[in-house]
Amino acid sequence: MARLVVMGGGVSGHTAATFARDMLGEDHEVVVVTPNSQWNWIPSNIWVGVGGMTKEEVVFPLAPVYEKAGIDYRQAKAVSIHPEGKEDAETPYITIEYTDEAKSGETEELTYDYLINATGPKLNFGATPGLGEGTNLGEHTVSVCTADHAEHANHELEACIEKMRNGERQAFLIGTGHGMCTCQGAAFEYIFNIEHTLKEQGVRDMADITFITNESFLGDFGMGGIHFKMGGFATSSKVFAESLYAERGMDWILGAHVNKVEAGKVTYESLDGEMDEQEFDFAMLIPPFAGVGLKAFTKDGTDITDTIFAPNGFMKVDANYNAGAYENWKASDWPRTLQNPSYKNVFAVGIAFAPPHIISKPMSSPNGTPINPTPPRTGMPSAMMGKAVALSVVDMMKGKSTEPTHTASMSEMGAACVASAGKGLFSGTAAAMTVYPIIPDFEKYPGTGRDLNGTTGELGLAAHWVKHILHHIFIWKAKLKPGWTLIPE
Amino acid sequence: MASKHVNHIEPYSPQFGTMIPMGGQKFMRTCVLWQIVRFVAINIRMTILILKSHH
Ligand SMILES: Cc1cc2nc3c(=O)[nH]c(=O)nc-3n(C[C@H](O)[C@H](O)[C@H](O)COP(=O)(O)OP(=O)(O)OC[C@H]3O[C@@H](n4cnc5c(N)ncnc54)[C@H](O)[C@@H]3O)c2cc1C
Repeated sequence: MARLVVMGGGVSGHTAATFARDMLGEDHEVVVVTPNSQWNWIPSNIWVGVGGMTKEEVVFPLAPVYEKAGIDYRQAKAVSIHPEGKEDAETPYITIEYTDEAKSGETEELTYDYLINATGPKLNFGATPGLGEGTNLGEHTVSVCTADHAEHANHELEACIEKMRNGERQAFLIGTGHGMCTCQGAAFEYIFNIEHTLKEQGVRDMADITFITNESFLGDFGMGGIHFKMGGFATSSKVFAESLYAERGMDWILGAHVNKVEAGKVTYESLDGEMDEQEFDFAMLIPPFAGVGLKAFTKDGTDITDTIFAPNGFMKVDANYNAGAYENWKASDWPRTLQNPSYKNVFAVGIAFAPPHIISKPMSSPNGTPINPTPPRTGMPSAMMGKAVALSVVDMMKGKSTEPTHTASMSEMGAACVASAGKGLFSGTAAAMTVYPIIPDFEKYPGTGRDLNGTTGELGLAAHWVKHILHHIFIWKAKLKPGWTLIPE
Repeated sequence: MASKHVNHIEPYSPQFGTMIPMGGQKFMRTCVLWQIVRFVAINIRMTILILKSHH
């Protein structure tokens, strides 16, 4: 009997663990180590953040699902990896620290034959003074990164709406809270939901809404921009995004590294090196992401964290980390099997793997401050990586192969993104975007770097219905309800 | 003639440099019949994308 340990029970880890469990049969063990007791469909946090859904609608408890599936669930966080075991026992293991009430703080060593790191991002609020401390959100701004954050954001929003009803103008600032953020899509979706909600509440004319972003142009999305097939043109996402903001009378600030947050005010450095300020009554700023801070040691206790992880804390995989300058970057730099080069029984999926480089063009201010989006690893690619690695590991555990048998490269897969405003079936609106491939490949697609037949964008009710359906089918799938394996990632 | 669908845009402001949807475009975005067609189209498009992405 062999044991697969999955660290992280989010989008990619849950996908990996459930597919592996389904395919491994009784002969092998699957263990999930994750500090959260509930699974969260994170994309719908946006709706929680404007009162369109309750927290309960976007989360469910993991324990009964894992019990039914036959997965050994440890509500704990992984702390360190020991891929060579210890002096007197060669079996690799990880150390974990329990987070559930009964065992909180207790530590344990957990051996593995195969290990999947799906620990996602550390929400690094502490990187910007005033945005928060470490992984804790500060008092001046709100967030929608977790369901609890989103619930809090909605309370603050309600307070602002009340003030506007009483004749007090309010300034809204939504965007990225640091020059090296990713996840612009979430901020983009949230600002449209804020605008939609204010309109529905009849107070839109009392609000000034501004988007602040580290992108050098609207619609970069950390993917170096996209050209969509639209109305007979290959239309830039810049035009697409700007049009959405202009139509709604919203302003934008580009190329901004927010370097300080205070009560009612952010200070930011622009790509031209200027320092500026923006006042707000309500601000939702996405924090930068980093790896969760796992450590790694050899059997004699030597710290090899730097060998296994990149400086940003994400785990090294089969990517080309020596691609050099932007001009030399290729789609083939991106990892395919997601296997760690030093330890072949260790994999990393979703946000936890270290990208070879960013996707957008690197930029910095004249003061040398880097201001550019870092690469997004959204839900669909994260889940696809989870499934591909699960399939590879299953084949390896069953002795069918000694090498990974499946690949999931962001340069060979697409992403679908639906940004929806409002919740009413006929009053909502949404932008549906598909991108193929995620990493532009100018060798294969010399024009825009992407396949224009697979890269599209459109607005309307239909996209909004798709978003509703995605919410329900992904929660259905994550709960392992009948037919879950047939639902695509 | 002024369009009732396009509010005043300050010349030379960033908003001035992009396209603004007008009546026909806005109507189609919320026309239920047309959106049912688009719903089918988006689903087909996403299915193709998923099939192309699995290796
Ligand atoms: C507000 C918001 C909206 C979004 N909307 C969309 C969208 O519309 N479409 C889309 O495709 N993507 C969207 N995304 C992105 C999507 O949520 C992520 O791409 C996806 O969750 C990444 O999956 P993951 O498994 O890598 O990380 P997560 O889903 O974050 O999972 C990581 C897991 O690891 C656990 N963990 C953390 N530390 C440890 C540790 N030390 N040991 C063990 N476990 C640990 C965490 O508790 C968590 O359960 C959105 C993101 C945000 C924040």
